[in-house]
Amino acid sequence: MPSVVSLDRVSVRYGKQFALRDVTAVFPAGAVGLLGPNGAGKSTMLRALLGFVTPEQGDMRVLDLDVKRSPLPIRSRLGYMPESDAHVPGMNAVTFVAYCAELSGLPRQDAMQRAHEVLFYVGLGEARYRNLETYSTGMKQRIKLAQALVHDPDLLFLDEPTNGMDPRGRDEMIALIRDIAHNKGLNLILSSHLLPDVEQTCDHVVVLDKGRVAAQGPIPALKGQGAHVFELRVKGERHPFVAALEAAGIECASDGEEVMRVVVPENRDAQYLFQLAAQHRVQIRHLRPSLPTLEDVFARAVNEA
Amino acid sequence: MSPEPLIHDQGYRRYAGRRHAHGGAWMVIARNHIRATIRQRRILGLLVFSWMPFVVRAVQIYVASSFQQARFLAATPQTFREFLVQQSIFVFLVSMSLGGLIADDRRANALQLYLSKPLTRIEYIGGKLVVLLLFLLGITLIPALMLLLLQTMFSGSFAFVGANLFLLPAIVLFSLVQSLVSAFALLALSSLSGSRRFVAAMYAGIVFFTAALVQILRLMTGSRAWAWLSPRDVLDVVATAVFRGTAAPSIPVPVALLMIVVIIAASVAILERRVRAVEVIR
Repeated sequence: MPSVVSLDRVSVRYGKQFALRDVTAVFPAGAVGLLGPNGAGKSTMLRALLGFVTPEQGDMRVLDLDVKRSPLPIRSRLGYMPESDAHVPGMNAVTFVAYCAELSGLPRQDAMQRAHEVLFYVGLGEARYRNLETYSTGMKQRIKLAQALVHDPDLLFLDEPTNGMDPRGRDEMIALIRDIAHNKGLNLILSSHLLPDVEQTCDHVVVLDKGRVAAQGPIPALKGQGAHVFELRVKGERHPFVAALEAAGIECASDGEEVMRVVVPENRDAQYLFQLAAQHRVQIRHLRPSLPTLEDVFARAVNEA
Repeated sequence: MSPEPLIHDQGYRRYAGRRHAHGGAWMVIARNHIRATIRQRRILGLLVFSWMPFVVRAVQIYVASSFQQARFLAATPQTFREFLVQQSIFVFLVSMSLGGLIADDRRANALQLYLSKPLTRIEYIGGKLVVLLLFLLGITLIPALMLLLLQTMFSGSFAFVGANLFLLPAIVLFSLVQSLVSAFALLALSSLSGSRRFVAAMYAGIVFFTAALVQILRLMTGSRAWAWLSPRDVLDVVATAVFRGTAAPSIPVPVALLMIVVIIAASVAILERRVRAVEVIR
């Protein structure tokens, strides 16, 4: 599968603090999630790809163009929805979006026409003549998406697109993003720390942690197709049992509560858990099959990192 | 699980039209700001009012050309110098009223939007600079050139222009210097804050503070050489030089020119540092 973005040994430093450290990653065409906890370097990566920050080392390519040598051709084919609230003051929505289209090189008449279309598409058709400063948080998220889409980019960078949205607005934004990626033929990179958002919209994922790539690949592969996931609660000495599970190649995740999530490889089953429990003199009091989620992938990647 | 939410309109289409080549975004920025500025009645009123000295001078030239008894009012090269120096108050007011050019973008986080489009920082600053220069030259260069035209029309000959051939380049040069210094300084200040009021206060503060400081130092030391500290005095020296005034300059002209270069260079350095999509705090 062709890649739309690639980074080769990229490091970005703010003062003494590394935001990205020797990052090598490939973003294939389609919808790719950029996952990571706050401060993992997701926004820095997007900003570096946009040319906002200059890496200390490494090469980056976007849409087969070198970021250092061709920043303008890249930006003309790219739409960026920033994380923070951003608009051009003193404008209504349609003027703002048309203005952004003109800045991207569209003729004035086409810019205005597309502004109307895109505003209807993102659900702001009825509010398009309202001043942006009167918009709610959810509407501001949509207008940021509209300005990123209006010039018809080949690639979208969406930085925390559901931030501050109510559940209904969030669902609608997710549906929009899924539609853009899967029905409109645009590539996108969705940066988020919200796993369900990424899981619902993306096919691939790159997990960042502390400025490093912790995992990357297609979501089904990372989830470990064929593996069995169980929710497990035991009575007895838990720590030796967990150590034994891990020694046997069984991933074990717990957020400090009694119930653990264990990922048993394809070649083993629940019976093996009972054998191990018997060997370590613990009782299994709760065992329920579960489905592997992106949360498992994330927890595993971050723990390993 | 909640039902699939509706997408309001599935009408997103790929764009197959023509796109302009890179390099024209500054015009889009300038055009947008000019339209927005003219829509503000307060600024429009100020721009109209700043043409009042022109009207007064035009009447003066007409009366001097038409009536023998009023020949003492006839225009001289110094009339044009005085006109342009007088206009500096309007240059100051118009500049102050446009203090939000970059500050507003900083307040609304718009810089990252601008710089995510295919435009360079130079284009962004250029677009803003064009707005300021257009309005400032519109109240200095244009009326001054029109006064020269009226002088020729009312007198019915090119004798005045012929006798003062330096006047046309002097008007153009001084108007440009005056507008460039104000425009660069204001843009630099505008990039330092997210509040247009604070920018206006800083601009006024610098203009008045430096002028007052020069006066105080002059009184204390008895020397006029402190004029280099005040942009207003520096411009006055340049005006006297380009209009071939007879008054002795308070500082040498090369020093005045050097100060102008320093002001513009400092402004460019501030703009280069502050106009960024990401503010990196090291």
